[in-house]
Amino acid sequence: MRKIRTPYLLLLPGFAFLFTFFILPIINLAQTSTQTSVVGGDTGQYEQTLRFANYIDAFVENKEQFGRSFLYAILATLLALAISYPLAYAIAFKSGKYKNVLLVLVVAPFFTSFLLRTIAWKQILGEEGFVVPTLRTFGIISESTTLTSTSFAVVMGMTYNFLPFMTLPLFASIDRIDPRTLEASGDLYANGITTFRKVTLPLSMPGVVAGTLLTFIPAAGDYVNAAILGSPNTKMLGNVIESRYFKVVDYPTAAALSFTLMAAILILVTLYIRKAGTEELV
Amino acid sequence: MVKASIEARGDLRLTRLTKTYGDFTAVDDLSLTIAKGSFFALLGPSGCGKTTTLRMIAGLEEPTAGSIHLGETDITTTKPYQRPINTVFQNYALFPHLTIFENIAFGLRRRGKSDVKEAVEKVLNLVELPHLAQRKPTQLSGGQQQRIALARAIVNRPALLLLDEPLGALDLKLRRQMQIELKWIQKEVGLTFVHVTHDQEEAMTMADTIAVMNEGQIEQMGSPADLYDNPETAYVANFLGQSNLIKGTISGNDGDSQIVDLYGQKISLPKSRSHAVDSSTYAGIRPEKFRISLLETPVKGNVLSGGKIEDVSYIGVSTQYQVEMPWGQELMVFEQNDDGVAPFKKGDAVNISWEPTFTFGLRGDEDATAGSEVAPEVLDEE
Repeated sequence: MRKIRTPYLLLLPGFAFLFTFFILPIINLAQTSTQTSVVGGDTGQYEQTLRFANYIDAFVENKEQFGRSFLYAILATLLALAISYPLAYAIAFKSGKYKNVLLVLVVAPFFTSFLLRTIAWKQILGEEGFVVPTLRTFGIISESTTLTSTSFAVVMGMTYNFLPFMTLPLFASIDRIDPRTLEASGDLYANGITTFRKVTLPLSMPGVVAGTLLTFIPAAGDYVNAAILGSPNTKMLGNVIESRYFKVVDYPTAAALSFTLMAAILILVTLYIRKAGTEELV
Repeated sequence: MVKASIEARGDLRLTRLTKTYGDFTAVDDLSLTIAKGSFFALLGPSGCGKTTTLRMIAGLEEPTAGSIHLGETDITTTKPYQRPINTVFQNYALFPHLTIFENIAFGLRRRGKSDVKEAVEKVLNLVELPHLAQRKPTQLSGGQQQRIALARAIVNRPALLLLDEPLGALDLKLRRQMQIELKWIQKEVGLTFVHVTHDQEEAMTMADTIAVMNEGQIEQMGSPADLYDNPETAYVANFLGQSNLIKGTISGNDGDSQIVDLYGQKISLPKSRSHAVDSSTYAGIRPEKFRISLLETPVKGNVLSGGKIEDVSYIGVSTQYQVEMPWGQELMVFEQNDDGVAPFKKGDAVNISWEPTFTFGLRGDEDATAGSEVAPEVLDEE
């Protein structure tokens, strides 16, 4: 008897924690999402009326931010993948004795606060930073173009902030590839590009899937980058939820938007995993 | 150019091939011709340069100096995928994400061959594993993976098949079986095989020609029987099987033979088997060539008297003796247990005799223990 009970006892703290800080808030959020304001009540006073139309209203009002959230998240994910793949590959196969040093450097930004680093990007992309004058010198952007408060800045900030989440799973996956299978591919008449397409990439797919999910999911719900590096024209859903909740005190709309975002991410991720076919991979 | 190299056929010719890593010379000015259709073995202990040589032939390492020709085509700097050469890797290196069928079809598909299905099925039948076509490599045993790795290489009908310690990961029994199968398959498909191994028995079982490598150079090259019966250096004498090397002086000639003085006892050594450069020499005799007899028994041929049996190990098919000679050296003697005679006992005073033609002579300035510390059995079969 004692033996059977032990695993449940071990599960208890984790379950209690998740129940209190995840399940209960979710239920609370669900309840809030169908409330309406009390007629003649104070600001922020709501009652349960099971008004599911809240969802439709919230979505219709914020279509644009919805689309932007997913567009930015997808762009940032693709950019992070394009930067991280060669980086992870080089660390795994070409870094020799510097492998551990480079891995520490990948996570080194975490030693500084997320907010601070994002604010730093404002400096980097600002008029007094080195990026804008350099680009102007080479005529890549015109004299009047600025980089702050643009979609570009927001996507760059997101890419930068989520880069380690892409690099680490990719590295773990690529590092596990036996370099002899790559030699075998060359030995069997595959050139570099074909070897990448037929051997390296398929073998690193678990890392690609994990990395893109770890980047895309938080990126889609992010609001810090849009708030600091963007403008009212680059608002993402996270910013809307934040302002509805804390500024407008419109709890039901904020809750409905949160749920809609969650559902949308869940559907997209499910489709993606189906398509990438992770269960087929080693 | 690409077409030309991939179509190259003929003998493999290595000319003054050298590979250095910093201060370390892995392969040192190596020249060698491997005839088309032969089964060639590069034999030596770890670090002797045999694998580096193989990787240069495959195109996986670039030589520091020297050239590699296949027939008339210079392939020294050709990319691996442009060489008509395939490799069976040490740990097989099968593609874990592909089925066995797709693993074998990989090379054919890259070259856009038609009839892929037919070719793959044929080679799967050759290695007797047609039922595994749809499995993944991790679902196969070591022996099965080994055969698939072989099938994946030979299905391409390369001009040259390289085998890098292909049997190293298998257990002894399976290895013996695979040795025979490999030899059979080589005859069946008629390809040139270049086999790298540190296992002298494996090399001797399979190869037509063996090159014994030591410190990046070829120590001696020849048929297994040549190398075993007439080794030219102490390294080869000790690395291939075991040898008794007795220090002596060449004291005269007798027709086709040299007379060698071994601590005061005269023996005869065929001139054709003497590799000494001056009068000092080591007389070499394989342990199984010796005969032991009691002092009163008359014996013919070369005789060394004054021995005393120090140790007797009965191992069924034969008995191994350690015989201490008057000059203090212990000689090793293997006697077949085929004559119904009771073995000699420890402490017996005996003579040792052998056919003079079995004697080989080495240079007197050699290190008599060279090659013996790296006994392949010790490295391998534990």
